[in-house]
Amino acid sequence: MAILSDPPEGPFRLSMLLSDTRYRSLTLQAITALVLALCLAYLYRNISTNLQAQGLSLGFSFLQDPSGYDINQRLVEYTSQSTHARAALVGILNTLLVAVLACITATIFGVIAGVLRLSNNWLVSKLMAFYVEIFRNIPVLIWIIIIFTIMTNVMPTPRAFRGDAATSSMLFDLFAFTNRGVYIPGPGFSNPFFASVGMNWLLVIAVLVGSFFGARAIGTWATKIQEATGDRPTTWYMILGVWLLPVAILLTVMGLTWDIPALKGFNFTGGIKIGGPLIALWFALSIYTGAFIAENVRAGIQAVSKGQTEAAGALGLRPGRIMNLVVLPQALRVIIPPLISQYLNITKNSSLAIAVGYADITATLGGITLNQTGRAIECVLLLMLFYLTASLLISAFMNVYNASIKLKER
Amino acid sequence: MKKSVILGALTVAGLSAGAAAAGTLDDVKARGKLNCGVTTGLVGFAAPDANGEWKGFDVTMCRAVAAAVLGDATAVEFVPTTGKTRFTALASGEIDMLARNTTWTFSRDVDLKFEFVGVNYYDGQGFMVPKELGVSSAKDLDGATVCIQTGTTTELNLADFFRSNNISYEPVPIETNAEAQQQYLAGACDVYTTDASGLAATRATFENPGDHTVLPEIVSKEPLGPLVRHGDNEWGDIVRWTLNALVTAEELGVTSANMAEMKASTNNPEIARLLGTEGTLGEMLGLDADWAARALAVEGNYAEVFEKNIGEATPIGLARGLNAQWTDGGLLYSPPFR
Ligand SMILES: N[C@@H](CCC(=O)N[C@@H](CS)C(=O)NCC(=O)O)C(=O)O
Repeated sequence: MAILSDPPEGPFRLSMLLSDTRYRSLTLQAITALVLALCLAYLYRNISTNLQAQGLSLGFSFLQDPSGYDINQRLVEYTSQSTHARAALVGILNTLLVAVLACITATIFGVIAGVLRLSNNWLVSKLMAFYVEIFRNIPVLIWIIIIFTIMTNVMPTPRAFRGDAATSSMLFDLFAFTNRGVYIPGPGFSNPFFASVGMNWLLVIAVLVGSFFGARAIGTWATKIQEATGDRPTTWYMILGVWLLPVAILLTVMGLTWDIPALKGFNFTGGIKIGGPLIALWFALSIYTGAFIAENVRAGIQAVSKGQTEAAGALGLRPGRIMNLVVLPQALRVIIPPLISQYLNITKNSSLAIAVGYADITATLGGITLNQTGRAIECVLLLMLFYLTASLLISAFMNVYNASIKLKER
Repeated sequence: MKKSVILGALTVAGLSAGAAAAGTLDDVKARGKLNCGVTTGLVGFAAPDANGEWKGFDVTMCRAVAAAVLGDATAVEFVPTTGKTRFTALASGEIDMLARNTTWTFSRDVDLKFEFVGVNYYDGQGFMVPKELGVSSAKDLDGATVCIQTGTTTELNLADFFRSNNISYEPVPIETNAEAQQQYLAGACDVYTTDASGLAATRATFENPGDHTVLPEIVSKEPLGPLVRHGDNEWGDIVRWTLNALVTAEELGVTSANMAEMKASTNNPEIARLLGTEGTLGEMLGLDADWAARALAVEGNYAEVFEKNIGEATPIGLARGLNAQWTDGGLLYSPPFR
């Protein structure tokens, strides 16, 4: 087989399906696909006959029944009278919330630790090596439980804030740190445009998006001037104005107020509560995944040839600027692909929420709903569908980003 | 070669497909062991003692069935289950019966397809709070943080109770009783709610049980009992009549102390049928004549089992209350042995 000869001429014979390299791979793929289809069909038949034997049937109508249970962290309206589908939605939003928060903080931790690990300062680089080795070599579930246990046992209960003999007090009278979570002042509107709170915030976000494009336009304009005249106009005050003024005006018109948490009855009420389970999960996922990202970042930086740094140094750039302008942009090309899989890991690992009673999709749809209705197969199928979709979306999004920073050969 | 691998895999899968169906009695006999689902640990009901041996009210139910069927009260494999895993464990055939403080409800019976063989403890849901909170009624719990075990009826009753009283609360869902206890004692929740018997059992293990009160409200009916899968009525009958044997023995005054004597000399025909000296009840169950006598020999009749594990002489200190015989104003009423 060392010498490639021209494919034999002549009519097609059945035996060529196996003997001819042009067709063999197709044949094998067809066989595999057939076997796979048979297995799936068999599994499906097995499930349906067994369910029938037990008098059960597959169906998703239970999703429309009232769920009957309460959830402690709700980003949308939900009561025990809402449907199981609604409970699943609450769970999805909670999963997305913790996943997004953890992706952001893990990236920050990871980049800082990865860059500092290459520091010339012995202590700093060893500290970072220590962080990476400790955190990525202990399972994330253990971290979640450790952080949660420390929180519930070390932080004061809301009771400790009560009465004259209170042993704890609020920070600046604005923040309360308790073993049930952290309470912070929450913004509200005294003169809202829309009845629904969400719509008002959407308006604020829309204005911010407008500011973003405004700031970009100023940047483009400045570059144009710079190219024409060689002088870049000072734009920082314009950009600041474009960012701040419209939001400030909108917020003033809508009457921004701050709702400050206060101890009422058993708990703090008012403001925003960041629950203990969310904090434990968020923090654990961040430091754990951050350790992996740190290694990716380090690998990425080390992949940029030393000549680049030296050349930049020879041009007179300061070390900070060398890192930001020369090394990191090139390192990103190496860092992004493994970063995608870290983001996927965070999203999937967030299902460990159940260990601390955080109401993510696994805890609502895959936990209480599954258990109270007994619809195990349906619930697990929906769960798989959700995680699959979420993961594919993250991959797709990050791949687009990766393509945009890829080395463009001109 | 490919073909044989696939065929092999298909046969294996095909074999396992049919395994969960009827014939539990034969399975248990062939295995020589009863797989019994219990709690992960609730002192008095089911918990391993200092020697690692399972002890408790529900555990005795498992042992009685093992004694009746296999003639050996120790031939039991105890499978700890949580509120969430128990039904899957039973439905999949991992356990032969479940005795885990499980409430008999319509949907578990009809929709989840289980057969509750009876009630071994009539209970209701209660609330426990630290005394220092100064709460005297469950209606004062507006805004409280409540620890609950997930996958239970407790979870649903709680939502109903607070909604119908128009007060709010924040649930803290927890897998096991042990974790709930930890969180409650750490003050991560103000209230712990579960079956009143479970509260008493949990409180008994506290360092200072006196610092905690159980509120007077009982907000639900929780008839707790052993259950098996739908569709294997012979097996269901065995578990049902083992429970009934314990209850009937108390009613008829048969105890572990006088059983041997009664067996030899009783002239009460129902006692004779129960202990197998008259009639063929054991045979009808597919067991031998001594089946009930062996079940009774484990820890005695219902009253003895109750007093030894959760009764007033134990730290748990539960009164018989609803769980007294019907002749004493309680709800225990076994169908006759004839
Ligand atoms: N009876 C209720 C609740 C049963 C339940 O979870 N009971 C608790 C306390 S009474 C228990 O047995 N916990 C032991 C464990 O965590 O394994 C039900 O069947 O849903």
